[in-house]
Amino acid sequence: MSAGAVKTGSRTTRLLGFAVLVGVLALILLGFFGAPEDDEQRDAVRMIFVHVPSAFLTYTALVITAVGSAMWLWKRSRWWDIVAHSAAEIGVIFCGLTLFTGSIWGRPTWNTYWDWGDVRLVTTLILFLMLVGCLALRSAGGDEDAVATRAAVVGLLAAVNVPIINRSVEWWSNRTLHQKSSLTDGNLEDLTLFTLVVGIVVWALFFVWAMIHRFRIGWLERQLRAIDLETALVQRRAEASTESAGETSQ
Amino acid sequence: MFADIWLVINKDIRIEWRSRVTLSQVVPFALTVLVLFGFALDANREVLAAATSGLFWLTVLFVAVVAVQRSTAIETADGARRALLLAGIEPSSVFVGKALAVAAQILGVEVLMVGGVLVFYDATVESLPLLLATCAVATLAIAASGTLLGALAAGVRARETVLPILLLPVLAPVLIAASRAFDDALGVVAVDGWAWLGLLAGFGAVNALLGALAYGPLLEET
Amino acid sequence: MSIVALRGAVVLLGRFPALSGVDLEVDAAEVVLLQGPNGAGKSTLLRFCAGLLRPHSGSAVVLGHDLRESRPAVRRSVGLLGHDTALYDDLTITENLQFLARASRIELEAVGSALDRLGVSARLHDVVAGRLSAGQRRRVALAGVALRRPELWLLDEPHAGLDQWGRDLVDGLVAEAAADGATVLVASHELDRTLDLATRRVTVAGGAITADVVAAASAVDPSGVQSNRGADVC
Repeated sequence: MSAGAVKTGSRTTRLLGFAVLVGVLALILLGFFGAPEDDEQRDAVRMIFVHVPSAFLTYTALVITAVGSAMWLWKRSRWWDIVAHSAAEIGVIFCGLTLFTGSIWGRPTWNTYWDWGDVRLVTTLILFLMLVGCLALRSAGGDEDAVATRAAVVGLLAAVNVPIINRSVEWWSNRTLHQKSSLTDGNLEDLTLFTLVVGIVVWALFFVWAMIHRFRIGWLERQLRAIDLETALVQRRAEASTESAGETSQ
Repeated sequence: MFADIWLVINKDIRIEWRSRVTLSQVVPFALTVLVLFGFALDANREVLAAATSGLFWLTVLFVAVVAVQRSTAIETADGARRALLLAGIEPSSVFVGKALAVAAQILGVEVLMVGGVLVFYDATVESLPLLLATCAVATLAIAASGTLLGALAAGVRARETVLPILLLPVLAPVLIAASRAFDDALGVVAVDGWAWLGLLAGFGAVNALLGALAYGPLLEET
Repeated sequence: MSIVALRGAVVLLGRFPALSGVDLEVDAAEVVLLQGPNGAGKSTLLRFCAGLLRPHSGSAVVLGHDLRESRPAVRRSVGLLGHDTALYDDLTITENLQFLARASRIELEAVGSALDRLGVSARLHDVVAGRLSAGQRRRVALAGVALRRPELWLLDEPHAGLDQWGRDLVDGLVAEAAADGATVLVASHELDRTLDLATRRVTVAGGAITADVVAAASAVDPSGVQSNRGADVC
């Protein structure tokens, strides 16, 4: 490693980042000026271009976290632990974004910010709380291996419980305000659908870009700790030479 | 394996019997919460009746947090956790044993709480089998995830706050499902309580399995 | 075969290298005294040999088991007396030891004889551990180690908090274990006492071994110590 500043960027990420910027620009143009307004929802429908991709990426992040957690517990691979950590952090951001865009979209369309009867809404909120708990554990500190193991167990716990939470809320409320999957029921205008696909691709690229950077930060921290450990080992061994003089006289 | 599980249950219950923490502190706590809910809802019988199941299970969740904290403290005091490791009991047996001991204590509190609900909230039992089955299955499910997260929180510095933060969201489906099953059992709302019981059983099975697998790695990290 | 074989073993407690590269070979029936200043890594070394800690690097084999993979197997065959006594405060002495015995698949008769061996009087057997004095607690914990008849004894300051009579009991126990062919690692500040027993003195400093001297074997006759046991004074 050279003496200069260590960066998490590379040619690939710069290219990726540029693509995301262009993509967001295109999405703004398409979203605000290209796609037509909805017959019922009017302009509010445009929220779909952020809300649906972020919801999709939240659950993608959850799956990645679960896989990373399982791999840490199984193989004790630090690489997978950092993957799980990165995905959980980015996942919590997208999860928050999903809840936020969902409730401001809900106001004009459902006439309420929050509806306790909605399955996906409540499930996502509980997932959000579990992800926050997982990150709180990470930041609570302690032995690195122990922290990784604890966070991995919570990550897995969140992932296996999401389907159960979903099912329980669905039965509980027995109704959902959510429209049936917007992508498949063919209700959307062609250009709206196209913009939504662009949105998913753009946000997915952003997700990948953020994952790479976050992972590299984790990896650099690990290298830093390895260097710290070398110094700590030298210092620890040096204790012997300073103290053994006093010890022999005992 | 069953001998080890029994050994752990026996030990935990005996310790509880000697120290009487559940009996002398958790039971009064649970009954107080029930009474306070009554005050909060302003002696309105109708509202109270509609909310009875939810209040009952919310109180159980609070009780569970306290019971799990106590169950975990037994092992963290004076390095007993290390003794468990050295004794060579399978961690999954320790998990099952401790979870069952916690479940037994919570069930004991629930029996008294049902009495409290009948008296204070004027509830009536329509289906006793459903009521008992819900208590049993929901409590096992709560004890399983509680014991797992208790062991997890044991190594963290701020363990008193970490446990509820992690445990309560995970138990959200139990709160929903057990409350609905109780609605049916108490004849408050006409729902299919037995279907909810199935959901509870599914939750319990998944979390108990995860707990049995993950308890070992957690016990190692001290 | 060596009972303990460590090469360049590094053990981390959090980010702190408590052991910074330990090389140590211990053969069967040796009594090794670990000496060194506070914070040198003696306790960590004992806990590591007990299979409670994961090696960060280096190789470590105890009782034929690699500490990287099969720590549970090591844990089952060692006896560790740590700083804490690992007793449940609300259980009686007998219940505590019976729990240990059942968990380690040992006949319950062993409990009584182990308590006798450590001079714990019968009237204390049904007293809860929380009401014992520090010295009594320590002797019960030692009885818990003796109960297991481990192949490898790991004793951390076994004399701490004990009166003269209790210390004699410990010495007798160590001598007896060695005579039976068990291996003993003792970390102790009570040099004058343990020196008589030790076949080897190992100095630990800065998380590594800095000196390793073979001591003149002057094993105490276990029967001699046993006869010293006077009236039950605890």
